[in-house]
Amino acid sequence: MLQLNCPFCGARDEREFTYGGPLAERRPDNAGDLDPEAWVERITVPDNPLGVVREWWWHERGCSEWVLVERDTRSHALGVGNGEKR
Amino acid sequence: MTGNRLDRGGLIDRSRPLEYRFNGRPYRGLEGDSLASALLAGGEVLTGRSFKYHRPRGIMTCGIDEPGTIVELLGEDACGNLAAPSVSLRDGMHARTVNCWPSPQLDVGAVNRILAPLLPAGFYYKTFFRPGWRFAGPLIRRAAGLGHAPGSPPRSGRFETRNRHCDVLVVGAGPAGLALARQVAAAGTRVIIVDRGMQAGGCLLDRRQDIDGMPGSDWASECHRALLENDRADILLNSEAWAIREHNLVMVCERSPNDRDVIERNWSIRARHVVMATGSGERMLVFPNNDRPGVMLASAVQSYVNRYAVRPGQRAVILANNDSAYSAARDMQEAGIELAAIVDTRQQVSAGAMTGLDGVEVLRGHQVNSVAGQRRVGAVSVGPVAGGPSRRIHCDLLAVSGGWDPSVRLWSQARGALEYDADACAFLPAGGNSQITCVGGSAGLHSIGRALADATRSGSRIAESLGFAGDGCCPQAEPDGDYRIEPFWCNASDGDAGSAFVDILNDVTLADIRLAMREGLSAVEHVKRYTTAGMGLNQGRTIGPNIAGLMATSLGTSPGEIGLTTHRSPTSPVSFGSIAGGRSGPAVLPFRHTPVTSWNIDRGAVMYEAGARWRRPGYYPGPGESMQEAINRESLAVRERAGVYDGSPLGTIALKGRDAGRLVDMIFTNIQSGLAEGMGRYGLMLTDDGRMLDDGVAFRIGRHEFLLSVSTGNAPAVYRHISRFLAVDRPEWKVRMTDLTCQWMNATICGPDSREVLAAIGTDIDLDRDAFPFMAWREGMVAGIPARVIRVSFTGSLSFEINVRPRDLLPLWERTMEVGSRFGIAPVGSEANHVLRVEKGFLSMGHEVDGTVDPHDLGFGWLMSRKKADFIGRRSVLLRRQAGLPRRELVGLLTEDAARTVPEGAPITPDGRRCRSEGFVSASVWSVVNNRAIALGLLEDGRQRMGETAWIRVKEERVAARIVQPCFYDPDGRVLKS
Repeated sequence: MLQLNCPFCGARDEREFTYGGPLAERRPDNAGDLDPEAWVERITVPDNPLGVVREWWWHERGCSEWVLVERDTRSHALGVGNGEKR
Repeated sequence: MTGNRLDRGGLIDRSRPLEYRFNGRPYRGLEGDSLASALLAGGEVLTGRSFKYHRPRGIMTCGIDEPGTIVELLGEDACGNLAAPSVSLRDGMHARTVNCWPSPQLDVGAVNRILAPLLPAGFYYKTFFRPGWRFAGPLIRRAAGLGHAPGSPPRSGRFETRNRHCDVLVVGAGPAGLALARQVAAAGTRVIIVDRGMQAGGCLLDRRQDIDGMPGSDWASECHRALLENDRADILLNSEAWAIREHNLVMVCERSPNDRDVIERNWSIRARHVVMATGSGERMLVFPNNDRPGVMLASAVQSYVNRYAVRPGQRAVILANNDSAYSAARDMQEAGIELAAIVDTRQQVSAGAMTGLDGVEVLRGHQVNSVAGQRRVGAVSVGPVAGGPSRRIHCDLLAVSGGWDPSVRLWSQARGALEYDADACAFLPAGGNSQITCVGGSAGLHSIGRALADATRSGSRIAESLGFAGDGCCPQAEPDGDYRIEPFWCNASDGDAGSAFVDILNDVTLADIRLAMREGLSAVEHVKRYTTAGMGLNQGRTIGPNIAGLMATSLGTSPGEIGLTTHRSPTSPVSFGSIAGGRSGPAVLPFRHTPVTSWNIDRGAVMYEAGARWRRPGYYPGPGESMQEAINRESLAVRERAGVYDGSPLGTIALKGRDAGRLVDMIFTNIQSGLAEGMGRYGLMLTDDGRMLDDGVAFRIGRHEFLLSVSTGNAPAVYRHISRFLAVDRPEWKVRMTDLTCQWMNATICGPDSREVLAAIGTDIDLDRDAFPFMAWREGMVAGIPARVIRVSFTGSLSFEINVRPRDLLPLWERTMEVGSRFGIAPVGSEANHVLRVEKGFLSMGHEVDGTVDPHDLGFGWLMSRKKADFIGRRSVLLRRQAGLPRRELVGLLTEDAARTVPEGAPITPDGRRCRSEGFVSASVWSVVNNRAIALGLLEDGRQRMGETAWIRVKEERVAARIVQPCFYDPDGRVLKS
């Protein structure tokens, strides 16, 4: 079980969090005008890299804050981004 | 000396005899015995039967690696498959050998031995590969199993789970673990040391080895005492560290917690640094009949004579490919076991190995070619490895040492790398991990002196890395000689490979491995799965790299290239009880209750789970009333008079802030921001991939404030969806979201008389239909209670949803029932609610909506705003519809036979043929107002097929139904808006 750092609550067990997906570009304001292929890509092809990822975790069973976490998918080592406030 | 027990020595208490039963017969052992040592002391040799062939087996090891004797305990200790040497003897204990009947001596299943040549690896897969498995499976499973699962918990008491944190967690209380734990505890760290043994000391208990000028077991006791005296240190004995998870979370099962009410306790220990001081284990050699009772690991014999003062035999032959067996030989000789010969597969034996063994015959470059004796070793046949004449040596004990393997199961679980070391003939931990350290035996160090030095060095480094003083002085061990080994993977011709066991526990022979290789399996993981070698209770302990060695020989490569199979948790069996702890029954996932749950249960309501863990009444059966009769009565009450249902579990979410209007327009498909204060509007919510998330109603409370009423089961998902959008995609928007689901409870009065009922209850709200129209909300007093009354309807009848504080719901409910009785009001459950919404064709997320459905399919295309440039889900729905493929659309279905109801979920196929479905029945009920069965369904191009016939398949039958509009009551909404 991962131990993630919440900027408000400190180090907490993964079970208090809900995974919120990889950090991606924010949803564009003009989703209707986007090139269809770019839109489908955005919706259906998330990155799944072997290595360092930045991802959202929701401290659902804690303070309810969304937290950015930097994590190495090979070792689960947490990077400097661990516990950044949004 | 009595029996095989020595008169002195050992860590047993001769003044405390223990009575126990084994396979029904009474025996006597001593305090400090394991079940295995007590059986050996009692002269029992044949104590088990093997898993597949029912071959006679004895006790082969002194720990959980035991492959020969697996027992189950009965009565108070009831427990399934246990290795006999790992069971501490207790007065009154009753143990039984698994997998044999009626006894190991007289085993009916032994008939399998005759069939052995017909049962090679993969036999079951090949033989019962369709269709036979359906019939043979249960029979084979019954024959193959080991112990029985206890029918109930072993004794009164409970299981428990606990969490803990520490600086350093040391797994293994052998010399290295104890030295390190004592050192870092003295430096000031919080230390927990865990060991599966009943007593600290590890291998020191099995060997005669002085440390700091005292016997090793005394030194271990002193370390134990020092740790107990230190407030920051704790020691968990009889505890298995069975898994390591991410970020140094170690799962430890404490088998005998210091609490009479706790059967077992499972610890989740988060440690800043984990030390693997798990030691090493000896492996078996592969030669014909290497599984006979009386064949034991040399280290096990050493343990039995030193720790338990038991002689497992009178005259022994030792077979080894390394030096460690010579130290065992000295201890055996000391205990009075006659050494007939030492058979060493090597030409060269280290200088010093023979110290104290003058006069013992050593056969260098020899091997054991076969073992004579069915039920006990009687003699061994010994010959040169290079080939040549064999010689027969009489003995009743064959002590085997195939070399030592570091116990790296936890290290490997933590993704630690392993590398084959040709000098040690073993896989050793390799590579670094800044939060996990292997020390001593588990790091591949055989000598205790070197292990202690390594532990001291590591202890200093770990203490410093955690911010504590790093110095410590190394305990001094008496020198324990060299350890040299040469590989020896097997000796067996093809003729006797079927009796040379590679995995004794699982009855996997050399012949099976060779068969797997012949069939082209060249990966060690495949060979494991094909032959089952390395599976089961001991997880391949005592096999070590033997399979890799055998495969490498056959493939002409090195064992390092073949590798080991992946180690996974648990390292040894753990009871389900200890994992679950207190989480059983309703404590696993508690239900949520509304303030009228007790009232409902008192009235005999049948309670349902309503989604999101809420419990709600399904229906209220009257005396002698069937379920269908109750549902009919409740739905009729709503259509003709009045009903009241508890809508409290509906999700309620408040949105407040400057951008609240923008937000509701973004999450709903239609425009909500234009709502007047005091009004609400129905709408749909999508996710950005075009799936329907939920339907609900948005109410405008104030200029910058909205209240969302959403489905019970989807409320958590809606909350998460909005929360993520605000946090991740539009952090600059000024909106606060609050979940008010549990702050507002409601009683919903519905039916043509509901306005009169509400007026009779007493309210200051003007109930006139022009003053309080459909989809409006009003604040006021109801029955003297502050309330928010909403004119929404999920039944299609005139409805007033009276929202109050939770503590006011029961008084409101009782008042409603009291006043309503004059109108014939009925409490209504979710079953009748379902009937009423199907009559109206209202959506239910779980029924009509799945991941493939969009608003157009449901006839809600008009809710997809054309004025808004963007809202969540719009782009994906439009893209999908551009494809122009046929869509499944919501329709009503009327069976030709009005009395015929079809099951929900039944497929609709073209002409009712047995082929790909073109839709399905999403909801099907008996409608009292229509006096017939009605159904909703999703059907390909359904809206263009109004009036046509759809064919519903119910098993092999086809049922005709007319396709109609999905509304069976008040289609123009006159009743709804009355």
